[in-house]
Amino acid sequence: MIESIVHVLVLVGLVASALMVYFFKDLLAAALAAGFFSFLISLEFYILQAPDVAISQAAIGAGLTTAIFVIAIRATTRFEEDTP
Amino acid sequence: MRMSKIVRTGASILYPFIVIFGLYVIMHGHLTPGGGFQGGAVIATGAALLLVAFSAGEISGMVRKSTLMGQETLGLLLFIGAGILGLIMGAPFFANVLANSGLLFGQAVLPGPNPGELNTAGVLPIMNIAVGVEVWGGLAIVVMYLLSTIEREGA
Repeated sequence: MIESIVHVLVLVGLVASALMVYFFKDLLAAALAAGFFSFLISLEFYILQAPDVAISQAAIGAGLTTAIFVIAIRATTRFEEDTP
Repeated sequence: MRMSKIVRTGASILYPFIVIFGLYVIMHGHLTPGGGFQGGAVIATGAALLLVAFSAGEISGMVRKSTLMGQETLGLLLFIGAGILGLIMGAPFFANVLANSGLLFGQAVLPGPNPGELNTAGVLPIMNIAVGVEVWGGLAIVVMYLLSTIEREGA
């Protein structure tokens, strides 16, 4: 019972954080939302009993990729332009 | 863009704990989930945290380019050395000659259900250590070169 509740919460959080990445104009916030998406994916892997993949996903997806995005934002601009 | 004091203090406090956890994941690779790649990626994440919080010049004492390049070379040499060790002992390439031999990591596995002994599994922990050291250096140097190139161009 409690397991399926956690499962549904994780799936809802995945959709919500993916939408956040799309709608945020602040690129630093969007990068952090992408990192939170990766963290939720790794939680989902752990629930599905793949702890090995979960550790890889948490380290590479939530850690290194977010760091690379933050460094790239540091070198360019922080806010998205309105006109394409 | 300079990070705030909270980020810098938090990063420098968290870094040793991340390194210790990554070394634990590498060292217990043959007993618990995780292994060389996962542990090395965890430590590289700690180095990336330091690099994001500070600039590349400020942490040259903790994360150094020449050390990371040396780690890559050392990891690959240790891995191929573990493979050639089988040939030296007169067994096939990558044969697990150290298992049950009583030498390094050579203790026999106890029968029945047990939590596992660290001093078992022969060549496998050595390969995990090699892969861990190699991935640590490789992934950290990617982030480091990205950051130092950006800083040199003055952005």
